[in-house]
Amino acid sequence: MENDIETLDPLMVAERWIDEGRDVAIATVVDTWGSAPRPTGSQLVIDRDGNFHGSVSGGCVEGAVVSEAVDILSDGKPRMLEFGVADETAWQVGLSCGGKIRVFVERLG
Amino acid sequence: MDPHLLKELNVERRARRAAILVTDLEDGCDRLVRERDVVDGALGSALERAFQSGKSATIEADGRSCFLNVHLPPARLVVIGAVHISQALAPMAALSGFDMTVIDPRTAFATPERFDSVALIAQWPDDALKQVPLDAYTAVAALTHDPKIDDDPLHAALKANCFYVGALGSRKTHAKRVDRLLARGLTLEEINRISAPIGLDIGAASPAEIAVAIMAEIITSLRNRSVTSS
Repeated sequence: MENDIETLDPLMVAERWIDEGRDVAIATVVDTWGSAPRPTGSQLVIDRDGNFHGSVSGGCVEGAVVSEAVDILSDGKPRMLEFGVADETAWQVGLSCGGKIRVFVERLG
Repeated sequence: MDPHLLKELNVERRARRAAILVTDLEDGCDRLVRERDVVDGALGSALERAFQSGKSATIEADGRSCFLNVHLPPARLVVIGAVHISQALAPMAALSGFDMTVIDPRTAFATPERFDSVALIAQWPDDALKQVPLDAYTAVAALTHDPKIDDDPLHAALKANCFYVGALGSRKTHAKRVDRLLARGLTLEEINRISAPIGLDIGAASPAEIAVAIMAEIITSLRNRSVTSS
């Protein structure tokens, strides 16, 4: 368990990346409506090259969050992103989803 | 977020201490709140609730929109005794999200064959607990009936302020146990934290039913624990 937290936990990964001198952004699910894929508090960490670790959805919006995060790393201003979970996507994976999430993205440092 | 704050948060998490990262959603300012920190006003009561529920949420406090990201240590269950009830308890604990460890020095009981899906330590509790230190996010259930095996870890669990301490045995068995623990220097107030007879009173008869009663009692203790008492 102790090893899992070091290797799989986004905030532990973020700390390691910072120590390696990488620029890091953190995205956090701060609100969910309806049946959202990941609960509030779920996090994704992103570096300037677009490497990422963790999740804020089941893979549906990570791409968009990563590209916003790279912008945020440049200007340093935190941003709030909103996503509706597409019903079409939800049907494809067999979920009666259709929720909505708010993701707060900020630069580390 | 300040990288130093992230490091401080991770220090708390590695040490299995509860912490909440409060982020002001207007300006992105963060602060770290530990369980024993006293915070006044609406934010203070929201923090107290969040420590209790473990749920992260956006709240409105004092005219600001804040996100509380709650980091509680994962709950652990240490079971003393590789007995029949423990075998039934193992899958229930896993389903309920508890990281379970079974400790029993009796190698006839503590066999991997009987416990293939949980961490098993075939040593005396005092030695075994060095590998699984007890803390406020750990539940301890002593199930051997044998004072030689149960008493030490019960003593240790009360001293470590484990959120749940339960001991198997009839009222008569428990009365003798109370005497022994008093003789060790524990106070009656400390000893009264032991759940005995163990488990919620659901009329459990079989080992599996007793395991259900124990698991339910552990969950009740976790969800209703007082955050200020630790």
